[in-house]
Amino acid sequence: MEVGQMQRRLADYTKSLFMEGILDAQFLQLQQLQDESNPDFVVEVSSLFFEDSEKLLNDIARALDQQSVDFKRVDAHVHQLKGSSASVGAQRVKNACVAFRNFCEEQNVEGCVRCLQQVKQEYCLVKNKLETLFRLEQQIVAAGGSVVPMTELGF
Amino acid sequence: MGLAAESQFHVLAVDDSLIDRKLIEKLLKVSSYQVTTVDSGTKALEFLGLHEDDQSNPDTPSVSPNNHQEVEVNLIITDYCMPGMTGYDLLRKIKESSYLRDIPVVIMSSENVPSRISRCLEEGAEEFFLKPVRLSDVNRLKPHMMKTKLKDQKQEKLEKKEDSGSQELQSQEEKQEPQQQQQQQHHLQQQHQHSSSNKRKALEEGLSPDRTRPRCNGLTTVV
Repeated sequence: MEVGQMQRRLADYTKSLFMEGILDAQFLQLQQLQDESNPDFVVEVSSLFFEDSEKLLNDIARALDQQSVDFKRVDAHVHQLKGSSASVGAQRVKNACVAFRNFCEEQNVEGCVRCLQQVKQEYCLVKNKLETLFRLEQQIVAAGGSVVPMTELGF
Repeated sequence: MGLAAESQFHVLAVDDSLIDRKLIEKLLKVSSYQVTTVDSGTKALEFLGLHEDDQSNPDTPSVSPNNHQEVEVNLIITDYCMPGMTGYDLLRKIKESSYLRDIPVVIMSSENVPSRISRCLEEGAEEFFLKPVRLSDVNRLKPHMMKTKLKDQKQEKLEKKEDSGSQELQSQEEKQEPQQQQQQQHHLQQQHQHSSSNKRKALEEGLSPDRTRPRCNGLTTVV
């Protein structure tokens, strides 16, 4: 595939992630912050987000598995996950966390378990999508092309 | 290059989240600030030369001149919600210390809780940013740093220069948010709606080194 074609594919793909609400404007902020001095900034921050999320999802699952659930503890983990998903622009994960916290407040175990599944699902989705996005970017760079941030495409 | 580095403002950023530390560090560096990040309020106080032992009696000056911080800190930006010492606790400790109270403090929080915001502002915080923090927020830090820097140096001549500088900044802000001065809190809530429309402009300002350099260089030449 020629570079121009790959660039168009990347643009369409990125656009679809915003249209589906998987990413929000915060992700564009990350892209804007990336410069020559730190060309892998977005990938690095996203990797931190993946590590952090997987640890938190495990912590939440373990906390919900107890005989008597410590809802404050669950809520603290969900709060952290909400913060990091907001920081990378993983909008649907963030929204699922907001709903989750309401069930923590109600001390509703079933609601919490359902929300955990929902958050996990959204997390897996955004992780897969971002990994595909980064792969497309790498292919373009490997072929000698450059990756243009979304805002400059007038999106 | 040496001069430019010397004239850089130094910001201490405090956040327990690694992702958010990376993000604020980058935002500040892109804006040409020198940055130190720590993951807790306790470590921030250590870095500033304020140790737990000194705090047993809040009435006595908390820092002895011997503990004088080696590195000058021009501004502290801290997360609100942290385990152990919260950003609010840190703010209070700084404002209680005769030695540190002149350092401007900015609080960041992911939650828009009006009572929390007013509590922090009453306690002496300069600004309250909603997370995730954006470049347009970071662009508002400079006037706070200019104030203390100049106060420290007691250079009246410079003060005049700074006044005209901050007026210029203010009038720019007024254009965007006319009610800013009457209702700071209202302004904070609006900030989110405005930030997207102002983003492109803010980004250009933040990324341009020309915007930050001349005033800083002005300072060093007089010093």
